[in-house]
Amino acid sequence: MNINMTLIGQSITFAIFVWFCMKYVWPPIIGALEARKKQIADGLAAGDRGKHELELAAKRASETMLEAKLKAVEIIAQAEKRAIQVIEEAKNDAKAEGDRMIAAARAEIEQESHRARESLRGEVAALVVAGAGKVLRREVDAKAHADLLEVIKNEL
Amino acid sequence: MSAEAHTSTEYIKHHLQNLTYGQLPAGYQRGDGEVLQESIWTLAHSAQEAKDMGFWAINVDTMGFSIGLGVLFLFLFHRAAKGAVAGVPSGLQNFVEWVVEFVDSSVKGSFTARNAMVAPLALTIFIWILLMNVMDLLPIDWLPGLAGMLGLPYMKVVASTDPNATFGMSLSVFALVIYYSIKMKGVGGFLGELTLQPFGKWGMPANLLLEGVNLIAKPVSLALRLFGNMYAGEMIFILIAIMFSGGAVLALTGGVLQWAWAVFHILIITLQAFIFMTLTIVYLDMAHQEHH
Repeated sequence: MNINMTLIGQSITFAIFVWFCMKYVWPPIIGALEARKKQIADGLAAGDRGKHELELAAKRASETMLEAKLKAVEIIAQAEKRAIQVIEEAKNDAKAEGDRMIAAARAEIEQESHRARESLRGEVAALVVAGAGKVLRREVDAKAHADLLEVIKNEL
Repeated sequence: MSAEAHTSTEYIKHHLQNLTYGQLPAGYQRGDGEVLQESIWTLAHSAQEAKDMGFWAINVDTMGFSIGLGVLFLFLFHRAAKGAVAGVPSGLQNFVEWVVEFVDSSVKGSFTARNAMVAPLALTIFIWILLMNVMDLLPIDWLPGLAGMLGLPYMKVVASTDPNATFGMSLSVFALVIYYSIKMKGVGGFLGELTLQPFGKWGMPANLLLEGVNLIAKPVSLALRLFGNMYAGEMIFILIAIMFSGGAVLALTGGVLQWAWAVFHILIITLQAFIFMTLTIVYLDMAHQEHH
């Protein structure tokens, strides 16, 4: 239990150990610890961010749904309006077509009656000529009296 | 433990003597009566010889065990440090990280300045002292008995029961305290701290006395606390070991007592290592602070 050179030897040993520990032991271990701490913190932050994003997405989704619903209602209203319009148009068209057909029919009838009158007029003229021939007992020259006959025909 | 050859006193003394290597002068009469013709370097064969070797002798066992344990500590920690990754740690790395984190939090709790040296210093102190102390838990006759068979006269296994080892550490810490005191506060600031408080400049002698004692007490208490605790623990193990040669009943009692004391001693071992580390941190923190 004497104080001797061991004291100096121990001090030198101690200094060397501390130096070695400071140089080769402490920094890598602390570095690894810090890196792991950062990794964990990053992971937690990423988790939080993910959660936040999920919330945002849910919010966005519900907003989109609401918007879509509104749009659908709008579209339906528009469609209804358009349908009414189409029906209205169709009605108008049909009415116009009907009117047109009626007019055409009327024109046809007019034409037919005119034509009937014409042919009737011709026949009557022929009858008149024949009747007159019989009355006069002589052949009326149809060619010679064409002018006359024409006048009579027009007067009928 | 051969009680037939030794008395209890001799047994105790034998266990308290370091294996000392040093120079004996010419004309020195050794324990066995041999008178040296010329001075020789040799192992001391008695406590008296070890004492007569004076300062220029070395305790081979203290140096051997402390260096061996220190190298073991650095080897294990260095291996863990080399493989240290941020991912899932392996078993050794996990343990080492746990110790490092414990020391780091102790340093962060007590040391307010910035100095990259303090934490590794604290780690070295803690683990090194702990390992040296743990040697106390080995049955005290194992290694000395083995050494005896190899022809070595003495073998003290617990390096921290050698004041050379504890003072070697505490004086190194003291040197750091003074170095950082002067580095941080300047020579004037350091001397001012020693002489100008607590009573102001007119109480300079009283200040110097108080602060001087305060300063010197740091390394002395640091070394003596560890040494005293380990020495006393060792002594109790030795006393218990003496019981083994006192018949079956005493031997059995001794066995139980040794076990009980070893369990209790685990606490002291750890505590002393922790106290040495914490006080080192605190002293260095005080050295870094402008006013305290």
